[in-house]
Amino acid sequence: MNIIQDEFQVQGGDFANVGTASTALKSSLEMIGIPSAIRRRVSIIAYEAEMNLVIHAGGGVIRYYVYPDRINIVAEDEGPGIPDIDLAMEEGYSTASDEIRELGFGAGMGLSNIKRNADTMEIRSEVGEGTVIDSVIFISG
Amino acid sequence: MKLRQISDAIEAIVLYGNELLDDIDVDYAYGADLMSDVLAFANPGSLLLTGLTNVQIVRTSQMLDIPAVIFVRGKRPREETVKLAESLKMPVLLSSKSMFETCGLLYKAGVLPCNIPSREAKVED
Repeated sequence: MNIIQDEFQVQGGDFANVGTASTALKSSLEMIGIPSAIRRRVSIIAYEAEMNLVIHAGGGVIRYYVYPDRINIVAEDEGPGIPDIDLAMEEGYSTASDEIRELGFGAGMGLSNIKRNADTMEIRSEVGEGTVIDSVIFISG
Repeated sequence: MKLRQISDAIEAIVLYGNELLDDIDVDYAYGADLMSDVLAFANPGSLLLTGLTNVQIVRTSQMLDIPAVIFVRGKRPREETVKLAESLKMPVLLSSKSMFETCGLLYKAGVLPCNIPSREAKVED
């Protein structure tokens, strides 16, 4: 099976450049002919994940894998972890700082935005060890 | 509706992209200062109205294939914001009116609102 994969390192606290990884990912998907609606969903997931890495995790890595039938996006960090995933998934719940809110983020929509745009989404998190957000989008059907 | 008509309806100042206004069609608009809400609720390809000026506005727009941004209440976007928009050929308009008035004028001119989906529903392409 022909799989395309790549990864982007995301620096913690780097608010000026957040979104550049997702932008690069979106361009890569365009080059390999992924339809625009799928590209948008993938880039929203990657962007929200990237924002989370910058805001909460002290950085991390975003990996993506393009299979013939699906795209898998994995955001992984070694940050503080999420103590209560159900609470973090609630719209409007946020622990982001005022600085983040001034940028228009930290509204507590990130994880629910990821879930809404993904066909499947799994969060694995251990307090003090880190978080993995694993999302899949099906390309056809 | 052509972006030119939209610009005229709100008496916008075109900070970048005047020559592009006749080439871009927009049917929907979304107004917000919360970019996470924009990512959640704006229709792809709709126009964005915001009072924030940072570079994330353009990055967020890029993710959603938003063709142009209107900065409301006389806010001027930062230099890096305009530069990124220029590199994407994304027109940048300024409205000296409030968000409410700017949106109201566009609504009156026939620009449509983005539908806020049920939270139980999945995103439809």
